[in-house]
Amino acid sequence: MANDPIIRVEELTAKYGDNVVFDRVSFEVMRGEVFIILGGSGCGKSTMLKHMIGLYTPFAGRVRIQGDDITRAEGEVRRRILRRLGVMYQSGALFGSMTLLENVRLPLEEFTDYPPEAMDAIAASKLRLVQLEGFEDYMPADISGGMKKRAAIARAMALEPEILFLDEPSAGLDPITSAELDATILRLSRTLGVTFVVVTHELPSIYTIADRVIMLDKETKGIIATGTPAELRDHCENDWVRRFFLRETAAGGEPEVRTT
Amino acid sequence: MSGNEQSGARIESSRDPSGQTLLSIRGRLDSTSAAGVWRRLLELGRAAGASGLVVDASALEYCDGAGASLLVALERQQREAGGGFHVRGLREEFQKLVEMIEPAPARVEAAPEHREGFFEGIGRATLRLLSDTRTLMVFVGELTVMLGRALRHPRQLRFKDLFLVAERAGIGAIPIVTLVGFLLGLILAFQSAIPMQRFGAQIFVADLLGISLLRELGPLMAAILLTARSGSAFAAEIGTMKVNEEVDALTTMGLEPVSFLAVPRVLAAVVVVPVLAMLTNVAGLAGGALMFQTLDFPLVTYVNRVVAATSLGDFVGGLFKSFVFGIVVAAVGCLRGLQTGKGAEAVGESTTSAVVSGIVLIAFIDGIFAVVFYAMGI
Repeated sequence: MANDPIIRVEELTAKYGDNVVFDRVSFEVMRGEVFIILGGSGCGKSTMLKHMIGLYTPFAGRVRIQGDDITRAEGEVRRRILRRLGVMYQSGALFGSMTLLENVRLPLEEFTDYPPEAMDAIAASKLRLVQLEGFEDYMPADISGGMKKRAAIARAMALEPEILFLDEPSAGLDPITSAELDATILRLSRTLGVTFVVVTHELPSIYTIADRVIMLDKETKGIIATGTPAELRDHCENDWVRRFFLRETAAGGEPEVRTT
Repeated sequence: MSGNEQSGARIESSRDPSGQTLLSIRGRLDSTSAAGVWRRLLELGRAAGASGLVVDASALEYCDGAGASLLVALERQQREAGGGFHVRGLREEFQKLVEMIEPAPARVEAAPEHREGFFEGIGRATLRLLSDTRTLMVFVGELTVMLGRALRHPRQLRFKDLFLVAERAGIGAIPIVTLVGFLLGLILAFQSAIPMQRFGAQIFVADLLGISLLRELGPLMAAILLTARSGSAFAAEIGTMKVNEEVDALTTMGLEPVSFLAVPRVLAAVVVVPVLAMLTNVAGLAGGALMFQTLDFPLVTYVNRVVAATSLGDFVGGLFKSFVFGIVVAAVGCLRGLQTGKGAEAVGESTTSAVVSGIVLIAFIDGIFAVVFYAMGI
């Protein structure tokens, strides 16, 4: 993980109507790291992610992916940038009318000239990568939430992206499935060198996968902390950030534990 | 003074020597009984007003969250009226429950509600209509570019989707189109035959049927049925995809939702509607023929009249119209789907809106065609 920024967010400002979500936020994501965007509910984590993948046009500022500004790119340039990204949405967003294999095949069909049997082979290998071998012909409606998210990662990986964006990967999953998903993320990161940008607020998951964390804040509409999870827990001056990592309540002290 | 035995909570109201109102609550104040005494208790509290209110809860056997909410509501009302409020004898466990609800969270001062005036309403509706028209035009433009591109590079077209939609919107519509067309022809012939009989002009019923079906009713009926069956389906399908972030997923894969979702649907509709219009024509004429039989005309007379009365121009004009209707209906269905907001309700709204806008646009465009065809002498 050399000091080589793959994404640069520069002075990014987002608004919904007159409501400022975040104001002049800048940060960098390094090649190969697992980068976590954190924050309380409603602080604009998902909005930040959607700006980084070019879905929303910012009020001001830029997002550069390997130097190319995705916020203003159009046509072929935009397609070229998007090909380098994979996105897993909160709900998985698999296409309901296609089987898992067809879902993973779709990006290949649209962007490559592989012969059909090669596409099938590649798509199947991506499903194997997320431990969904044997489920190729299942429809998204017939599999569990955790499997949907894994299939969505497989689809996002189809074109060998350099960066994967994950929106709340562990939301709504039980701890075991969530841990399995974390293991998948770590494996992909360590073996393939994929850069991950993850929006989450699952503490166990953050401790397991994060190389670096930034924390967005609703009040200041900017970043209140940057660092590794351990740094933020042990050394952060901001009370809220420390409490977040220690899982303390606002009144101080851990939540009461049931003893009976 | 009075009790409310049924609900399990009894309220007694009295005045103590200092002029304060004393409300004593006995029995159980739970989610069932609180409903029965809610208004009465607040009314009694209101009557106390600024003179102060004391609630005696020493005889209260049980109180749950609903009961606690009632006590808090009473306190809040009293505070607003500017009178004193005091609860005495409330058991500790119930007191804790009340404290969990109070102190009330700092209420955000709501902006004074703005009542929209009549003219403001008209203005706003006009702006909405204009912006909607603009969106539709932009969308049709975008769609045209995409359609052009699809025709220039047919290999990029998603034929699987196209055939699937064409099958559902076209072959699936054959029974209803045939039925509606047949009944339309039958009824039209029957209704017009009666007044025409008085002039001995029943034979012209064939002319009327031929011209009205080929020029107007065939294309119109086919288009309206397409709106109801498929325009709504397009909006619901794409709307659900939007809600499930599937449209976003397409966008970030570098696939244009318009070309991926709308183009196959619009192309399928364009192919299907003229065929359905022709089918309506045939079914309608068949219905008319049946009616004619009962009027004791031979079938050959009917056929000859229809052929003589209608021209190729009527037929081709009608088909061209249905072609345009097909584009518009499918485009509006897809547009409404892509405009869907968040949640299940939004999908319902887009579906309704797809059908309503579809039918309005059909009527509007049909009017334009009537004028243009008249000017062109068709």
